[in-house]
Amino acid sequence: MQRHLLSKLIQSVLLLFGVLLLVFFGVRMTGDPATLMMPREATTAEVESFREAMGFNRPVPIQFWDFLTKAIHGDFGKSLHYKIPAMELVLGRLPATLQLAGVALLYALLVAIPLGIIGGFHPGSLADSFGRLVAILGQSVPNFWLAMMMIVLFAVRLHWFPSFGRFEWKSVIMPAFVLGLPTMSRIVRLTRSSVLEIRSEDFIRTAYSKGLDPRVIYVKHVLRNVLIPLVSVIGVSFGYLLGGSIYIEAVFAWPGAGQLIEQAIGWRDFPLIQAIAVFVSVVVIALNLLTDIAYVIIDPRIRYGERTSTST
Amino acid sequence: MAREQALQPKDSLPDVERTFWGRLVYARRFLLRDWSGIIGLLLFLVVATAAIFSPQLSPFDPLSQNLRNSKLPPAWIDGGSWDHPFGTDSLGRDLFSRIIYGARVSLTISFFGVLLAGGIGIIMGTLAGYFGGRVDDVTMGAVNLILSLPYLLFVVFIATILGRSLLNVILIFGITDAPIFARVARGEVLRIRELGYVESAICAGARWGRIIFDHIMPNLIGPLITLATFEMSAMIFYEAGLGFLGLSVPPTVPSWGNMLSEGQLYMVNAPWIATFPGLAIMFTSLGMNLLGDWLRDVLDPRLRRARR
Repeated sequence: MQRHLLSKLIQSVLLLFGVLLLVFFGVRMTGDPATLMMPREATTAEVESFREAMGFNRPVPIQFWDFLTKAIHGDFGKSLHYKIPAMELVLGRLPATLQLAGVALLYALLVAIPLGIIGGFHPGSLADSFGRLVAILGQSVPNFWLAMMMIVLFAVRLHWFPSFGRFEWKSVIMPAFVLGLPTMSRIVRLTRSSVLEIRSEDFIRTAYSKGLDPRVIYVKHVLRNVLIPLVSVIGVSFGYLLGGSIYIEAVFAWPGAGQLIEQAIGWRDFPLIQAIAVFVSVVVIALNLLTDIAYVIIDPRIRYGERTSTST
Repeated sequence: MAREQALQPKDSLPDVERTFWGRLVYARRFLLRDWSGIIGLLLFLVVATAAIFSPQLSPFDPLSQNLRNSKLPPAWIDGGSWDHPFGTDSLGRDLFSRIIYGARVSLTISFFGVLLAGGIGIIMGTLAGYFGGRVDDVTMGAVNLILSLPYLLFVVFIATILGRSLLNVILIFGITDAPIFARVARGEVLRIRELGYVESAICAGARWGRIIFDHIMPNLIGPLITLATFEMSAMIFYEAGLGFLGLSVPPTVPSWGNMLSEGQLYMVNAPWIATFPGLAIMFTSLGMNLLGDWLRDVLDPRLRRARR
């Protein structure tokens, strides 16, 4: 167990190194980061002096070592647009994004898991039809388009919610609702189909035939097995929410990291893009590690790295 | 195959359901009973028809501009006419024709995107799940690496560096979506590998190729076909999102994403410019999601028995 977790930890560090490698070489993919980062109308002399200032004229291994040592300390250089350290900007924007993604995930889980479980236990019932409708609509409506439509209806016409920004508690409702929508429907589907699938397994029939209380079967036999796919989807979902926040924050002018990256794309502000990319990657890697740990805890059947498994 | 069938007890499953195609043929019966499957199929056929016959179906050239007719409202709103049923955009281009051509762009991107993603992902996931150990570590390490890359950053790199093109968009989706297929395939394989019948096949001396293709893959088809239809509709979204940020196919291509980003500028005064591409995306995804649901029910006989 401890050895397993240690190897996962080492894996995570390697992953982080891989991300840094990719981020570093991504900018250098065309061969000349100076022309990539400078505006198109820049003169040759301007590009040359920019190259000098950023150190792009040094040998690549030295540049990479420099990038790596600075990155470990959270130093990604200054934002080309704001002229202040990029990491400082990212950390300043973080609380807003975490609030948005957190609220979205929480409401998605609270709505989706009960709907999915009810649907799975009573397929074809009214509650199931409702859950499937919600799931299918949530997955079919492009959420940032819905955001635009909701702004026109609820903010411009009806004045129920503010149309942009992060000023009062009501501000978070519309962005979190649209951001969490695809995640919610994904979890409804997953929970429902897992329950359905597990219910038809042989060990459930066995449990019924030996006269166990149905409630015990639901909780001990079915729900415990449903947890396994749920844990993995929650880990991935948070990464998705962070990614999806780029569109939603852009639509609602939500002052978070997503809006920052959307702006950085427009400005071609690569130090800033690198800083956000590495930071979000660290968050997702940490979540993956937690998912792996949770996997081992809830599913003793899955024995990692042991080829000679003694399954029961 | 025929010999194997003869060896099986007659009452295990109806004969027609034994092969993938057999199940699909058998499925027709269920299609007629399941309204959501019919709706999904119809929606999908409408979009596919629009995509295939775009030049024949659209009344106007989707690119021809007419500034005198700019921002005409849809036919049923005052000031609109049936010449332009959905109205026109800011450059006077016919929205109805652009929506039809957009179907072609969206379906091309999502079909080839899923093909690429599924191909890469299933191979990676199955091998990782089956062999475990070092293979699993390396493959899932790569999967985690791609998943831990913020999706849009990847897109930004390729789009800004290689330029906006159809092929780039397909490549981006194909690569960034593969880990999902790999994870699902691996999870299923991990579960199936531990099942008794796989162990007994191993005991009987079956080689790994045979176990993967004969014993594990058939159990993967159901979940993966379902995933593929859902990912196709997801990619139609992704394209819209990229277009919204100005990173999808070139701005001259009438894609639903590009139309949405143009429409956002006129959201308050001419909301129909953004409304129709959004509705088009919604109905296409809805069709595919319903179709996916139906396919899953049909392709997984275990689930269907559970439903009855």
